[in-house]
Order: sequence, then C-alpha cells, then structure tokens
Amino acid sequence: MANKAPLTKELTKGIIKENPTLIMLLGMCPTLAVTTQAANGIGMGLATTFVLLGSNIVISALRKVIPDKVRIPAFIVIIASFVTLIGFLLEGFMPSLYESLGIYLTLITVNCIIFGRAEMFASKNGVIASACDAIGMGIGFTLALFLMGSIREIIGAGQWMGMNIPVAHDNPMLIFIMPAGGFFTLGVIIAMVNKIANRKPPQEIECGGCDNCPMSGKCDKKEADAK
Amino acid sequence: MKTLGVILLSAMLTDNFVLAKFMGICPFLGVSKKLDSASGMGIAVTFVMICATIVTYPIHHFILVPNGLAYFDTVVFILVIALFVQLVETAMKKMLPPLYKSLGVYLPLITTNCAVLGVTVLNIDNDFSFVQSVINALGGGLGFMLALIIFSGVRKKMEYADIPETFKGVPATLIAASIVSVSFMGFAGLFS
Repeated sequence: MANKAPLTKELTKGIIKENPTLIMLLGMCPTLAVTTQAANGIGMGLATTFVLLGSNIVISALRKVIPDKVRIPAFIVIIASFVTLIGFLLEGFMPSLYESLGIYLTLITVNCIIFGRAEMFASKNGVIASACDAIGMGIGFTLALFLMGSIREIIGAGQWMGMNIPVAHDNPMLIFIMPAGGFFTLGVIIAMVNKIANRKPPQEIECGGCDNCPMSGKCDKKEADAK
Repeated sequence: MKTLGVILLSAMLTDNFVLAKFMGICPFLGVSKKLDSASGMGIAVTFVMICATIVTYPIHHFILVPNGLAYFDTVVFILVIALFVQLVETAMKKMLPPLYKSLGVYLPLITTNCAVLGVTVLNIDNDFSFVQSVINALGGGLGFMLALIIFSGVRKKMEYADIPETFKGVPATLIAASIVSVSFMGFAGLFS
C-alpha cells in the first residue's frame, strides 16, 4: 500500500491540524477527568500514546490477517492487552501516577481516540505510517491534556507542576479543579480554538462556479442563481 | 459497610457517572439533543450496565481470582461487554422488535461507553458484594439517564438562546454541562 502523504505529515497532522481532542473532539472522558493537575495530564497523555502506538503497530501489522467480520473484537483485545501492560508498568515504576490516574487508566481501553485511529488509519495503512500517526495523535492528545491541566491547576489550586504560583495561590478558585470546572475549561478552550481557526485568512478559493464547488450538493444558491 | 440505599443514591446523585466521574461523555454530548433519544439511550445503558455486572461479577470472583488471573480483568470485561451488547441486540431483534426499533441504534454505541466498563471495574475495586454491585450498576444507570434527561431539557432551551458565534455548538454545550454539574454538586453533602 503506497503512502500518499509523506511520513512527516502523518506525524504532525495530529498535533494541531487534526488534534484529536480539540478539533476532532474524541476522548473527552479522560480529558475532563484526570486534568486536575498538569502532571496528571502528561501522565495520562503519555500512557495513552503508549497504548495508541502499540495498538496501531500491531493492528496495522495484522491488518491482512484479521478477518473483516471480527475486526472489532480483535481490535478491542489488542487494545485491552496494551492497557493491561501499561497498567503493570506504571504500577511497578510510577506508583504515585498509577494511584492518581486510578480507574481512568483502565478506561483507556474504551478511549475513542485509540479505537478511532485503529479503525480509520491503522487498518488501512502500513506499519511505519501507522506508528507515525500514533505518535502524532498521542503528542496532540498529551499537549491538549497538558494545556487543560495547566489551566485548571493554576486557577483552581494556585500551583503549576507542584510549584506555588505567587498571586494565584492566595485565593485559588476551587471550582476549577471540580468536575464543573473541567467542563467549563474545555468549553472555553474549544471556543478559543474555533476562534483562532476561523480567524485564519480564508483559503483563497479559485472559484470555478458552482459546478466545481464540493458543496454544490448541499447548497441552494445554485438553484437561486439559475432562477 | 454502606447500606444498599446509600449505594443506590450515591451512584445516582453524588457520584453521578457523567457529571462527577466524567464517564460516558460521548453519548452525553451526542445523544442529549432530544428527550426521547436521551431516555432511550439511558434505558439501554442502564440495562446493559446491570446485565454486564451480573455477568462480570461471577467471572471475576469464581474464574479469574481462583486461577490467579485477576489482571486479565480489563481484557475479559471488555470482551464480555462487547459480546453481551451483540447478544442483547440479536435477542431483542428477534423477541422484542418494538423495543429494538426504539433502542437498536444506541446499542452498538454502548460497547465503547466508558460508563459500562467503568461500573464493572468500580464494583471490583470497591469490593462490593453481588447485591451491592447490581445496586451500584442500577444507580449508575439511573444517574446516567437522569443526567441525560435533565441535559436534554437544558439543550432545548439553548437552541433559542443567542450564543456568540465562537461558542456555538460544542463549547456552549460544555459550558451548559458545567452549570448542570454545579447543580449536582449540591448533593455532595447528602451522606457525609
């Protein structure tokens, strides 16, 4: 299978252009749940990246062996195995992170990002392209979680990565590290992303009339023009 | 030891799966646009949660633990849930066509609903007995349904609101969810 896009593009697209959390709105549960601290956000992001990388590589390597009909159970087993693996690794080497991620570590299994990439990318592309895709998506996810965690930790606890922030630490707004603050922060961040994305100068479309327009099927202007 | 009533109410209100534990956000945001689809999804999730608990509890305690395989929980549970959802779908199609018609579209979505896997794992983590586990699953499912139904009402009102351009769509929905979550924080002192 030929790689149409260069590998660097597969790697970088997940970071900003197709950021899984902020643009594609996948994997919202861990995004909201573990981001009470910036460090937890990074931990969760890296754990997810590990699972994503492992599952993408294995699934793309086996993509011709797995029958189409049972691909979903097969994907689930592969993903759940990697989740069990990262659970052991964290429990052994980073017990404090294991404690603070708690049940959400298990729930990486049902993170839509991993399943989505398996279904949309790894089952159709080669091993190296899938690995690049996984790393890019993982970095994008980690960055989004880190951003969320930083905002919530600075405003909600007056700390950042465990260090006290001079002014914010005097009167932290506790609500930001509560569930309600998670929804609020994510809502505002997505709104900001929308704003920035829309502000970019619109792509210079060489308009070739309605016949060349990809939206012509959904557009009623064409008929209005014809009249 | 918590009494059953406390488990039921805390799973429903104080530890609401959607608004306090952030499980099942995808269906919460996706299916809460209309009241009937919200209640349909809620019923389907409650049903699968209870059934999944009934099946996974004996598997964990009578098969995996005696053989020293407790670490296989995640793999086995998710497979059981996927299998079970498939089974329910097939059985419902044959035996209860009207119910299938109204719930059928939501069933495949439930496999990847983290609330279902979450409730089975939480039951094991909390060392609940069988009855307590089932009650916890019932409470969690009802809480999920409650959150979805309340939120569908909020979203209906939001459709008439004049929202700034940048906040339209998901951001406004998330901020509304945050306000609903604040209201659920009021239950926090219920059992202290």
